[in-house]
Amino acid sequence: MKTLIKNVKLIHPEEKINLQETDILLNEGLVEKIGKFNSDEISNTQEFDFSGSLVVPGFFDMHVHLREPGREDEETILSGCNSAANGGFTGVACMPNTEPAIDNAEVIHFIKKQSKGHLVDVHSIAAATLGRKGESISPMAELAEAGAVAFSDDGVAVKTSSVLKRAFEYANMYGLPIIEHCEDDSLSKGAMNEGLNSTFLGLPPLPSVSEDIIVVRDILMAEYTGGRIHIAHISTKNAVGLVREAKERGINVTAEVTPHHFTLTDDAVKTYDTNTKMSPPLRRQEDLDAVIEGLMDGTIDCIASDHAPHSIEEKDSEFQFAPNGIIGLETAVGLSLSELYHKKKLSIEELILKLSINPRKILNLPVPKFSVGELANFTILDLNKVWTVDISKFKSKSKNSPFDRRLLTGTSIATVNNKRIFYDDHWYNL
Amino acid sequence: MPLSSKHLLGLHGVPKEDIQLILDTAHTFREILDRPIKKVPTLQGKTIVNLFYESSTRTRISFELAEKRLSADAINFSISGSSVSKGETFKDTVKNIEAMKIDMVVVRHSAAGAPAYLTKICDANIINAGDGIHEHPTQALLDMYSIRQRIGKIEGLKVCILGDIAHSRVALSNIFGLQTMGAKVSVCGPSTMIPKNIKELGVDVIHNVDEAIQENQVLNVLRIQLERNAGEYFPSIREYAKYFGITNERLDKNGKDILILHPGPINRGVELSSEVADGSNQIILYQVTNGVAIRMAVLYLLGTIN
Repeated sequence: MKTLIKNVKLIHPEEKINLQETDILLNEGLVEKIGKFNSDEISNTQEFDFSGSLVVPGFFDMHVHLREPGREDEETILSGCNSAANGGFTGVACMPNTEPAIDNAEVIHFIKKQSKGHLVDVHSIAAATLGRKGESISPMAELAEAGAVAFSDDGVAVKTSSVLKRAFEYANMYGLPIIEHCEDDSLSKGAMNEGLNSTFLGLPPLPSVSEDIIVVRDILMAEYTGGRIHIAHISTKNAVGLVREAKERGINVTAEVTPHHFTLTDDAVKTYDTNTKMSPPLRRQEDLDAVIEGLMDGTIDCIASDHAPHSIEEKDSEFQFAPNGIIGLETAVGLSLSELYHKKKLSIEELILKLSINPRKILNLPVPKFSVGELANFTILDLNKVWTVDISKFKSKSKNSPFDRRLLTGTSIATVNNKRIFYDDHWYNL
Repeated sequence: MPLSSKHLLGLHGVPKEDIQLILDTAHTFREILDRPIKKVPTLQGKTIVNLFYESSTRTRISFELAEKRLSADAINFSISGSSVSKGETFKDTVKNIEAMKIDMVVVRHSAAGAPAYLTKICDANIINAGDGIHEHPTQALLDMYSIRQRIGKIEGLKVCILGDIAHSRVALSNIFGLQTMGAKVSVCGPSTMIPKNIKELGVDVIHNVDEAIQENQVLNVLRIQLERNAGEYFPSIREYAKYFGITNERLDKNGKDILILHPGPINRGVELSSEVADGSNQIILYQVTNGVAIRMAVLYLLGTIN
């Protein structure tokens, strides 16, 4: 079947493509031709008129929790993929803190099976240590062979420096990065960022230095072993400074930030809303300013949602006892456009790098191309659409978002990948 | 003039007029406590649940007495032997109790913000009887009432809170309340027990007890909460007592007739020596009596707000 995507702008920063007004003809989901078409030129095609919209290489969220296997009541691979497509992502990398953990090839095969045929590509990040316990490294060779794109004990940092050293050395044989959730376990017992607000609210404080210390350790270990370190959800001013300095010294370090860390500060916790509880916690304004600066100067390579579904009953509780995390797949693009593009912090090209190209490069995945014969893998954006977040319309099985009812500017309106298009709440085959 | 809120969650942001009204109302109830018949019909027909998710003796008894003195029906719920052990959530427990048609909830909970959470899920008046390390407003109100009765004013007084400030709900409520009433508040204790950003609240920090005694007219000595692992924050109880404990020698040396408060229960020989705990500077049991009057005032003012 042929499909015509009409009247769009096309931007691909890596391929230096920037077309103001064009059509894209797809044949069986592959790019056949890009250019303007007369209506008599083509017949028997399905048409999508996206006048004024922008087609960019499909967005990729390299940090999501899909909860399957283990907590299918909170999210499944299918519901997570639907959530990703609805949020504008054509690919995700899922974290290994499932039950059982992704620490053996069988779980990766299972995830592949569950996501097969979906518009959204699902890649597995495997545990760095067996059971994420931090005691001995996981079977990395087997995991890499099964398709793992990185190793991480996300939720916690790799517990000891000695195990971390081995993990770097071993993962390095396969060219895969270690993704670290940087928090010093002995300092991370608090419920919110240590500061004036934690004093006001009487919530156990979690100092920002908890993150900084592990960032330092991990950077030094990456340097020593020659390994690749990716800092997950960076959130403090010092951590951004440390990554910047490490990059200048030529250490193989990359970093991501979540939309909530560049949008909210710990002021949001003042109502004891458990949807403002996450790990790392929301920080102070100076940290928020620093991560935006880090995004602007390239210290921070990508934006990742840390999509963390939790059941209503778990989140609807006393703040201290509520689990960490919020869902983010369906607000990440809107928040990025509202807070970064429209506030003139990042150009659209820079945003595409951080939401599509860089995360794939970090995980050694091919970047979607717009050339003839390539699989069409697009996110289609309406940069100026003003919309209100409505969690009841989310595809995610969970509803734990602090952004409900928030007014945003800019959104994805369609996603295209794997010979399918998701548009206007419908799936179409291409 | 009624209070500006139907709940008492803390003293942060509570206007001066409200605190004044509570203290003045407490004064009229205080007189009732000295009568042979210590009961008034003010809250007859009102049902008050004392929801204690954390163990407490004096605060619970004080509230219960206040409720009974006002002729309210008081129901006690404490964590042991309740449905909590069956895995019921806090919300479900509260919804069940509320379904039995109650008017007010006095809540003590180990989690900060639990009373604020209750206001969202339940229609009753909520009174915070201590939430985690957040606030304990009735304790601060009774402290202020006791200070006002003994010294005659609060405005312009210099008050130092001594001890584990970081893990004390009493400290925070006292800071907010005293500042609203025009006192100058400082805190004193080992630096591991002082919250990092406390100066941003307009509070001076002192690490020398002699200085704290010399500089202030009132010393509110907090309990070292050994049950909350307070021992991890200083090297030993001996060292704490030596450098931060209040003794007669220390009071004599600094030549001060300072007023000493303590929210109880006391660790004798730790934060207060026995002579000081029983001495002429302290008003510890006076605070306890006033506590009933303060709680009567709060219950009365909230219970009749509609």
